[in-house]
Amino acid sequence: MLAETPQGDAVAQLDTLLSYEIPEGVLLDYRLAGPVVRACAWAIDAALRGVIYLVLVLLMALLGGVGMAVIFIGIFLVEWFYPVVFEISSGATPGKRAMGILVIQDNGTPVSPSASVIRNLLRAADFLPMLYATGLLTMLINREFKRLGDLAAGTLVVYRDQQLTRELPPQASASKPPVDLTESEQLTLLTFAERGEKLSQDRRHELAELLAEMTGLKGDAAVNRLYAYANWILKGR
Amino acid sequence: MRQQQFEAEHQSRWEEIAELMDDLHRPQDKRRMPLSEQLKFPAYYRQLCSHYALARGRGFSPALIEQLHSLVLRGHSLLYRQQGGWRWRLLNFVASGFPRAVRRSRGYFALSLLFFLVPALLMGLGCYLQEDLIYTLVDQTTVAEMEDSYDPQNQRLGRSLERSSESDFTMFGFYILNNIGIGFRTFASGIILGVGTLFILLFNGLVIGGIAGHLSRLGYHDTFWPFVSGHGSFELTAIVICGAAGLRLGRAVIAPGQRTRVQALREQAEEALQLVLGAALMLLVAAFIEAFWSSMLIAPASKYTVAALLWIAVICYLLLAGRRLHEPR
Repeated sequence: MLAETPQGDAVAQLDTLLSYEIPEGVLLDYRLAGPVVRACAWAIDAALRGVIYLVLVLLMALLGGVGMAVIFIGIFLVEWFYPVVFEISSGATPGKRAMGILVIQDNGTPVSPSASVIRNLLRAADFLPMLYATGLLTMLINREFKRLGDLAAGTLVVYRDQQLTRELPPQASASKPPVDLTESEQLTLLTFAERGEKLSQDRRHELAELLAEMTGLKGDAAVNRLYAYANWILKGR
Repeated sequence: MRQQQFEAEHQSRWEEIAELMDDLHRPQDKRRMPLSEQLKFPAYYRQLCSHYALARGRGFSPALIEQLHSLVLRGHSLLYRQQGGWRWRLLNFVASGFPRAVRRSRGYFALSLLFFLVPALLMGLGCYLQEDLIYTLVDQTTVAEMEDSYDPQNQRLGRSLERSSESDFTMFGFYILNNIGIGFRTFASGIILGVGTLFILLFNGLVIGGIAGHLSRLGYHDTFWPFVSGHGSFELTAIVICGAAGLRLGRAVIAPGQRTRVQALREQAEEALQLVLGAALMLLVAAFIEAFWSSMLIAPASKYTVAALLWIAVICYLLLAGRRLHEPR
């Protein structure tokens, strides 16, 4: 069901990238969230739940018998359904949101109500014997970092895509590379042009001077020449 | 086609799609675009997918691919989401879905019942015949509290002396927290090869049977049995159903059949969820009966009559409800 990553096995072994082919015939990549970030999210949620319990008890203790009933029911609901409510409405509890991760179905769609209930009821099993030991063990022995609840519900926890700001390659006059470049070489040049401005100046020079043999230039001049090649690849003459 | 031409040609469409998706994320009554615009989304989305595939195939720059990828990602989760109709589904579930699911799981139900009922009967008989047997299972303070609760001198049935002043509402809340929690744990621990579920069933069977036997021995018939017989119909049945759900998970792990364990687990979990949610609703009803009806001091005869009616209702509901519509037998 899950395709190998397009970059091949070597990358797949190193990276926690998961590719899934959608019905439209294209591959989507998901970056899986590992145990540490999920534990942090859980800790934030635990703290928040503590606050909810505190407020609930302080408010309702004044009301006597009915107040006690509300406390009990409140504890029940928060204990079992706190994550469910958030996951169904937005895919992530406040803790997960803060850590930039969210829950999705195996097929990349938003988590369904039933899957969310299953994965959260099974927390009781993942927690055993203490502090999610079973869940951690399960996460570490499968490739998708799934705890038991995720396995049974068919869900994944992945990083939320940050809103990208696309850097345009710096404007420079286009010039044709002196030799014919293969596709992957062209791609390397484009990547350099798009990411060059984010690197330090020294690193940029160092990278550009790798091609000193071809350009015969050093420093900023070499960088600008590579930008020009990239522009030519993008625009043509 | 060069990348720049490609971008120039399609940029406006991508912006349009992004805007449309922003709008579709809003609740239905707060969207700004007319319906005719909203309905264009699937077609636009498929166009976007083909642009993304083209960009990838032609080796356009990574940043462009990344931009299209994130658009496709958003579109995918928007187009294939499930939403709405939960009230109707809940009604349908109570009327027919749940009892049917229980009937589909009759084998699991029988095994679960066996692991609950047999220890309960044996322990009950044992504790009835032998005074000290109960202390091998339950500690002294708990037994004393139980004896207190059903002492015929007690004002409020089913509650120890310290608790007798608490209101019915409080106990209602407590029963929800405690009993539904036990039901959920009975289900969840089934994933550990079914052992957790069987243990909880066995243990609860032993304790409940033991205490019933012990209290009957003390001669508290007229307080204990009228109290438990009513809500027991919903409560005990629901716990056994949770057990059946847990056993389904255990089955998937132990004997997945012609599937991988993960696939089997997903299928069984989907089926088991119906059992658990239905059982949770039953436990809610049980909590209500236990808090407001069972604790009333009424002649045992009428308690028993109501209890008999409740048992018949539960059994008929699980056996008969939802049978009309072409149910495969």
